[in-house]
Amino acid sequence: MNPFAYERASNAAGAVAAVAGHPGAAFLGGGTNLVDHMRLGVASPDLLVDITKLPFDRVEELPSGGVRIGAGVRNSDLAADQLIRSRYPMLSQALLSGASGQLRNLATTGGNLLQRTRCVYFQDVTTPCNKREPGTGCSAIGGYTRYHAILGASEHCVAVHPSDMAVAMVALDATVVVLGRLGERRVKLVEFHRLPGDDPWQDTVLGHGELIVAVELPALPFATRSAYRKVRDRASFAFALVSVAAALDVEGGTVRDARVALGGVAHKPWRATQAEAALRGAPATAESFRRAADAELAAARPLDGNAYKIPMVRNTMVAVLRDLSAEATP
Amino acid sequence: MDARITLHVDGVARSLTVDTRTSLLDALRDHLGAMSPKKGCDHGQCGACTVLLDGRRATTCLAFAVAHDGATIITAQGLANGDGLHEMQRAFLDHDGFQCGYCTPGQICSAVGMLEEAEAGHPSHVTQDLTGPVVLTDDEIRERMSGNLCRCGAYVNIVAAIREVARKEGSA
Repeated sequence: MNPFAYERASNAAGAVAAVAGHPGAAFLGGGTNLVDHMRLGVASPDLLVDITKLPFDRVEELPSGGVRIGAGVRNSDLAADQLIRSRYPMLSQALLSGASGQLRNLATTGGNLLQRTRCVYFQDVTTPCNKREPGTGCSAIGGYTRYHAILGASEHCVAVHPSDMAVAMVALDATVVVLGRLGERRVKLVEFHRLPGDDPWQDTVLGHGELIVAVELPALPFATRSAYRKVRDRASFAFALVSVAAALDVEGGTVRDARVALGGVAHKPWRATQAEAALRGAPATAESFRRAADAELAAARPLDGNAYKIPMVRNTMVAVLRDLSAEATP
Repeated sequence: MDARITLHVDGVARSLTVDTRTSLLDALRDHLGAMSPKKGCDHGQCGACTVLLDGRRATTCLAFAVAHDGATIITAQGLANGDGLHEMQRAFLDHDGFQCGYCTPGQICSAVGMLEEAEAGHPSHVTQDLTGPVVLTDDEIRERMSGNLCRCGAYVNIVAAIREVARKEGSA
């Protein structure tokens, strides 16, 4: 591992100034992804600015009925938070399906959003990878693609975003609050992560030195009926092959509104807007749910090793929506 | 680059100088001689290095020691009161909750931390009612302990040991 200097930030503006003014600097949160990358040689910052003592460790109710989550709130604390459990159960479920108990105790909300792909080629510094070393090529294309993207990929990168939490948050229309040298800005989470395009090394729209300070969830009363389902190779402590976060508003057998997002399928947590549009006003039946899934999957482009994800997404989405609509009709 | 830090390990304040690259695990083992946290994968995937860090279970391989200056750490060794074993340690012995023993200190620290999380009412991935009380069924124990691998495959007896302690405490 390359040598690095370490500073513990005592205020957010100071942390931003320290990283923004130093090209090789990085923020250090829970460290569960960054420390590993430094050991693997995937990342080699020469200055770490520790932000874990900043006062961003609260989950607060907003006057609008929404919730503001500090960027430093640990994944375990967010999953266990009473507001989140009762109002946004899909978010608790998504968090609890990620990593392990001891990792969730370390990992933070901001860090979870910024974790990087688990593409095996990205993490193996002996192989070409456009995300890790721009212009070297993509080893996954034509290689082992079982875990890779079926939506929104490019000829330069087919990696998927690994977060569970972000999938639920993107379905919930979350906003990321970001502090930079010029002050705060707000970015919709759905626009926060990027598709790979021609520059897959850019995971998000953050500039160097910009710091996530909070994530805000708007009020969504029907999210009390929401769920996150994750399909993976083993029952626990594994990344998603595919996942579905959904909330359903059903009245008199008709879908009034729906929120659907997918994980494990794209370079970003994938908001399933086509599926949502197909669901609105449709009868709450398995046939409608299948049609909604197919509407979203019409754009899917499988690779050699991951065509299985198309029926897996369809089946998982139908199952989640069916379970949610069954809850609606006692 | 060196940094001077203090760690409170198993009840004793220890000051040491570490290179900033030193993991908390290496600081404990190589600098302070606290050998019960084990290095398994060094990537956060096996749980052998689990300790109670400021009261909560955490992997120490994915933490830099310098970032935990001032922290209070309890290792599996520190759970015992001299020769008097912690009830979780006793239960692992009584149930043969290990074979080679390498993952055992991490398993025991994780189990102790896990029971406190359950007592605080934290749900898990297999909890059906997110807002209801937590009952530590075997499925719950297995899910909550999934961050600790045992390559000998002593899982059946590990679950039995934890179940016994959970029952005594009234959470199962």
